[in-house]
Order: sequence, then structure tokens, then C-alpha cells
Amino acid sequence: MIEVKDLRKSFDDTPVLKGISTTFEKGKTNLIIGQSGSGKTVFIKCLLGLITPDSGTISYEGRVYSELGLEGQRNLRQEMGMVFQGSALFDSMTVEGNVMFPLEMFTKQSPSEMQDRVDFVLERVNLIDAHKKYPAEISGGMQKRVAIARAIVMNPKYLFCDEPNSGLDPRTAIIIDNLIQEITREYNITTVVNTHDMNSVMEIGEKIVFLQHGIKEWEGSHRDIFKTDNQAVSNFVYSSELFKKVRQMYLEERD
Amino acid sequence: MKYLSSIGSYAIMVRDVFRKPTKWTIMKSLILKEIDELIYGSMGIIIFISFFIGGVVAIQTALNISNPLIPRNLIGFATRQSVILEFAPTFTSIIMAGKVGSYITSSIGTMRVTEQIDALEVMGVNSLNYLVFPKIVAMMFYPFVVAIAMYIGIFGGWIAGVFGGFSSSADFVEGLQLDFIPFHVTYSFIKSIVFAFIIATVPSYHGYFMKGGALEVGKAATVSFVWTSVVIIILNYILTQLMLG
Repeated sequence: MIEVKDLRKSFDDTPVLKGISTTFEKGKTNLIIGQSGSGKTVFIKCLLGLITPDSGTISYEGRVYSELGLEGQRNLRQEMGMVFQGSALFDSMTVEGNVMFPLEMFTKQSPSEMQDRVDFVLERVNLIDAHKKYPAEISGGMQKRVAIARAIVMNPKYLFCDEPNSGLDPRTAIIIDNLIQEITREYNITTVVNTHDMNSVMEIGEKIVFLQHGIKEWEGSHRDIFKTDNQAVSNFVYSSELFKKVRQMYLEERD
Repeated sequence: MKYLSSIGSYAIMVRDVFRKPTKWTIMKSLILKEIDELIYGSMGIIIFISFFIGGVVAIQTALNISNPLIPRNLIGFATRQSVILEFAPTFTSIIMAGKVGSYITSSIGTMRVTEQIDALEVMGVNSLNYLVFPKIVAMMFYPFVVAIAMYIGIFGGWIAGVFGGFSSSADFVEGLQLDFIPFHVTYSFIKSIVFAFIIATVPSYHGYFMKGGALEVGKAATVSFVWTSVVIIILNYILTQLMLG
């Protein structure tokens, strides 16, 4: 579980995060949603330790990140996996090299043990024949799957995904969403997904945090989002006619 | 104030490069890759430039000797001194700042833009050590490049002097051996080691801390070349004053 208390961050006297408190639960797919500029990326980068917040605390199973010291923070990061918006695969390495990289860096496994683990996670994300290809030679969806494989190869306790569906076609986006949710449940990890994609919100949002202007405006599950009377959330989630109809159907069915 | 802040950031970056070292088995292959890229990959252009610079120095010297009382061995002497003291270590370093420096800035800058550096940090890797340390170690082989530049530069001078009809081979070789001070070679190598460190770290700084997108990567490479050259020129003056002054 990740617990965030009164998190604040400003850039050049412009406040971006204005005191966010929330928890991200273990074994669940936690989503951070909000409009562009609402502070989602800064928030997730604070969770990862890539940006140092001005005040507030982030604790991982009771371990307060800011109190760990440089070495402790680096060790904690080894428990994290991250899927970046643009995948952030290492261009100079093959798919296999990218996934094997954390194992080579941080484990004392033999080459055959590493190879077995790489084969296992690549198979888990349904990538069978791409081992020797370079990131530039595979599609965006495959790159995302390689990024997920790299993120889970070390058996992380925390998985972070920044806009995992951006730039993907709807079918591939659903595959990636389902994969993230399956992995979260299978390995009982705390997953935090930063997304704009309303399909993701409806499908995998077991806990949703809605940010607006750097403030946590609302939180709940994907079921709660259908019946919320929060105007800001409704305006954001149900901005399209299609989702308005989906909501109406859900409420009618419930009644 | 901005420059002071940049110098401070650069110093902190250099300190962090030597913290939390990467596993040796991985670092070893990174260093070999960088030696291939930065040192071996630069040999062609360095040999080409040194040969012609040496030749031009010999011709220029010969054309400026109009007094018959000045011995013809001055051509060899002037070529040797110019090449060993300045052209091989300093001129070559400026070339390297352009070739190697812009490669370092753009490769690290691209990794920054595409979040690959963030990916390293999230994994718990000291990205500065992983990216910059192998480049520093590889560049410590730079004095070998300078030594080759010296030989090729003097050889170019001999070819231009003898085959251009400006000097006999015996006069040129006599000039090469005249009043030779071995410390001048040591001075040149010390300078080249300092310049090597600058060529590895200043472009890394500009790449690592760049902000923006693809356009900014190009701008950062240009700015890095300018600053690397400026630092080399200033340090050249200081080191010359300290060691020969």
C-alpha cells in the first residue's frame, strides 16, 4: 500500500500539487485521472521519487520515502516497476536486452536463469518472437508490452504506468489494460496508472483518484463513478455522448 | 548568477558520477563500447587533420623564411614545436569537442527526452555513473590519440617540406632533433588528459540536464560544443602558464 499525506509541489512559485492525501491499495489497479495540467504526471513522478515534493510524505508499507536516505531510496526503487508513456526502452538494446537489463544490474543470477526469467515474462505479456528485435523494429503496442515485461521482471511490489494506452488503437489499449490488471492481481502488487482513457476508467479502475488544478477532487471506484454527483468528475468522465449513454444505461439497469 | 549555478550543478554532477558504481561486469562492456565509439571512431578524422595541419605548418614556416642566414632546419624545428605543443593536444581537442562532444550531448539528451534516463533512475541505477563514467574512462585513452596526432603531424610536415621542395630531408630531421625538450611531450600529455576529462563531462552535463524535445537536443549539442571549446581554451592558457611560464 502507498500512503500519500498532504503532498505539495510548486514550480517557480506556481503550485502544481496543493496538498494531496490518498492511499493506493495493494492488489488493486489504482487510477489517477484528470485533465491535462491537473498535476497527474508531477504526482506520479513524486511517487517514483523522480521529483522531490516541497512538503508532505509518501510511505510505502510504512517506509517514508523522504526519510530513507539516498541508498535506501535507490533500494526502494528496485521494488518499483514503471511503464513510461513513450515506453522508454533502451534503443541500443534488443527486446531481450531491455528486459534482462534489471536482472543483470541487480541480481547474481546465472545467464541461463536470467534467460529463463526473460522468456517467462515475455511469454506472460504475449511476446514470443520479438526477443532479438530492437525497439525501433516493433509496433507501439509491442513496445508497451516490452515495457511492462521490463517493469515486472524483478517481481516489483509497486507498478506505475504513465498513460499506458496513449498512441494505441482501441483494441491494443484494451489488451494492455487487461494485462496490467491481470498482473496486478496475479502478483498482488500495488499498481498506479495515470490515464486519460475513459475505457480504462470503466474497465480496470478499482480505485480512482480524480485530480483537478492540483487538488484531489474526488476518489472512488469505477462503480462509484457512475453514480457520483460530483460535477467536476461528471464533466470530465462524461464529456462524450457515448459515455453519457453508458452511464444512463448503467443507472437504468440498476434501478 | 546563472553561470555560477551551472558551474555548481556541473561540480555536483561530477561528484555523483563517482557515487554508487555500476556492476563491474556491465561497466566493463560499457567502457569497451565507449573506447570503440569515442577513441577508435575518432582516429580517422584525427589522422587526416593532423597530416594536413603538419604539412601547412611546414609550408607556412618555409614561406616566411626569406633571410638566407636562417638555417633551413628551422622548418623541421618549427613543425615539431607547433605540432607537439599546440596542434596535437589543443587543436585536436577542439575537433574532438565537435565530433565526440556533440555525440555525447545528443545521445544523452535523446535519452533524457525519451525518458530513458528516468527509466534508469526508477530502476535504482545511478544514471550518471552508468552514462558518464564509461565516457570519462574511455577518454583517458585520449593521450594515445594525441601521440598519434603528433607523429602524423610531423610526418605531414616532412612530406610537405621535402616533397614540396622547401627543405631537404636531412635538414628537416636535423630540425626535428634540435634542442628537443622531452618535458614538452609530458606537458602535451598532461594537457590532453585534462582536455579529455572536459570533453567527456561538459557535453554530458549539457545532455543530462537538457529540457525540451528533439529541437532542444540539437541546440544543446551546439551549446555544448561552444562551452567545451571555451573551457579548453581557458584551461590551455592556465596550464601553459603553470607548466611552461
